[in-house]
Amino acid sequence: MSQPVLSVRDLVVEIPTRHGLLKPVDGVSYDIMPGEILGVVGESGAGKSMTGNAVIGLLDRPARISEGEIHLNGERIDNLSLRELRRYRGKQIGMVFQDPLTSLNPLLPIGDQLTETIQEHLSVSNSEAHNRAVAALEEVGIPAAAERIGSYPHEFSGGMRQRVVIALALCAEPTLVIADEPTTALDVSVQAQITALLKRLCRERGMAVMLVTHDMGVIAETADRVAVMYAGKLAELGPVRDVIGSPRHPYTDGLMGSTPLASKGKRRLHQIPGNMPRLGNLPDGCAFHPRCPYTQEKCLQNPGPRLKTTDGRAACWFPLDAPAAAKGVA
Amino acid sequence: MSVIVSVKNLTRNFDVSKPWLNRVIERLSKRNLTAVSDVSFDVEENTVYALVGESGSGKSTIGKMIVGLLNPSQGTVEIEGVNLATETDEDKIATVRSDIQMVFQDPYASLNPRWKVRDIIAEPAAAQGEATEGLSEKLLEQVGLSASDANKFPHEFSGGQRQRICVARALASEPNLIVCDEPTSALDVSVQAQVLNLMSDLKDEFGLTYLFISHDLTVIQHMADKIGVLYLGRLVEEAAPTDLFGNPQHPYTQMLLEAAPRMDGFGREVEPPEGEIPDPISPPSGCAFHPRCPLAIDRCAKERPELTVKDSTRVACFKPGEKAV
Repeated sequence: MSQPVLSVRDLVVEIPTRHGLLKPVDGVSYDIMPGEILGVVGESGAGKSMTGNAVIGLLDRPARISEGEIHLNGERIDNLSLRELRRYRGKQIGMVFQDPLTSLNPLLPIGDQLTETIQEHLSVSNSEAHNRAVAALEEVGIPAAAERIGSYPHEFSGGMRQRVVIALALCAEPTLVIADEPTTALDVSVQAQITALLKRLCRERGMAVMLVTHDMGVIAETADRVAVMYAGKLAELGPVRDVIGSPRHPYTDGLMGSTPLASKGKRRLHQIPGNMPRLGNLPDGCAFHPRCPYTQEKCLQNPGPRLKTTDGRAACWFPLDAPAAAKGVA
Repeated sequence: MSVIVSVKNLTRNFDVSKPWLNRVIERLSKRNLTAVSDVSFDVEENTVYALVGESGSGKSTIGKMIVGLLNPSQGTVEIEGVNLATETDEDKIATVRSDIQMVFQDPYASLNPRWKVRDIIAEPAAAQGEATEGLSEKLLEQVGLSASDANKFPHEFSGGQRQRICVARALASEPNLIVCDEPTSALDVSVQAQVLNLMSDLKDEFGLTYLFISHDLTVIQHMADKIGVLYLGRLVEEAAPTDLFGNPQHPYTQMLLEAAPRMDGFGREVEPPEGEIPDPISPPSGCAFHPRCPLAIDRCAKERPELTVKDSTRVACFKPGEKAV
């Protein structure tokens, strides 16, 4: 088996506040292999974006990585200085953000933004950088790339803008791309275009992709493996077919049941009672136990078992077995 | 079943011209954006009528015209037989107005942060001079919050709870019709499930009618009794959910359903749809969908297809029901 592109071990992100220490990411471990798309799902506040930002070193102070290690292609990157990290950002890790309008500079033509990124990371001449920029735009499917390279971001539609952002993330040929809700701001038909593009690029270049989203449908169609996050912890990790088809963690099961896609004509949607707990006010034991229909004594004191390796499935003391999960929660 | 909302040939134009001095200097003509073009449909009492479409399809504009936040450029909206734009009888207008309420997309922007929840919820009833004693507390319990929440301010609630407050406010004037403009788009799936279930329960309890505006096909499929699909301001297909999702007639609907992600679509390779919604300022001639349509013939570029009845659906296409291979 080849070496993983990204390997995250027991990552903890802390934010010291006046009301105590918050842990938006608490003991998360996963690997991403070359050519693999790892989907990260969860509700708002589950820590999925924070995990992505920690990998690329974009945590805003006072948030900091307090424990754990991040390895990129075998090199440890979580303890690098900002100056050293710059060599990795853009070059080895590309980032695609949710809102394509705010992640482009509105005052610069897209061509300038692309050539700037290319020349920052590769020592090429101006004309070579220009050619590469055109090629990058062509690769992401922008028609008449050579003419449109002088256009400003506002001259593009939302879907085209997101393609430019993807071109920008890919132009220095990174080995890992972190896509944080890349299609959330887009319409259904454009979303299908962008996810197909991501899949194609991932396959052709053998890139590893970390796809952060809250949309189960997008994950089901795009990801190879999926990590479900709840209150800063990994709840479940496994091949997408298994996790979505027969969830083992009660939270995943509830989440699947509450998507209207899975309701199959039932009158009522399955509800998970209550709300996600606030980070400053996490319950003892397993963070999901107050909302879990299968809670037992053990869950009240002991946090769910930490998922250690890539093949562990659910961080639950009493994981659902396949038949029970198929029946769903009544 | 009686018809509660009747929309006929509804059209709305927006003036998007540059300021007149620029027009004079740069010799530009006036420009119009047609957000809604010749849309007709009826909503029956105690049903959920859903409008679905991508951004720029005019679904929110229709919603705003129905509640009276915008006036139609052409065509009429009749609610319980009263046309609010032309009716002169003040009493009739007041009755109909109190029968319509609206729930907006963003529960963070639609609640006044300086008002207590009690005042927010009672406002629609207070505006009509009704007694509001204990009303907010009763409604809060009906939407699954507690009566003591009436003394709190909106910032003390999460997104899902805020949307419940919005629903409670909409119920305060005892309306018949609630226009919901993307009510769950800002919410997480598990919270969305709670709000959708609440809305279904309230519909049965109070005999409400919903006009449900959304871009999310899965939510629409779950909620709607009848669905209208909009493309570039035009109604292209109208059908019951089983027909629409089982046997879509219009090529745009087919494309939309094909592109929507599926939970069981593991590794599904879809040929993503070509192109994007055209510019509404200069829409294509004839059928607005023809530049992207795999079935387009010469006629589609020249003539605009009318909505015609085919079995139980209405569809605006010259080749309804044909599948693109």
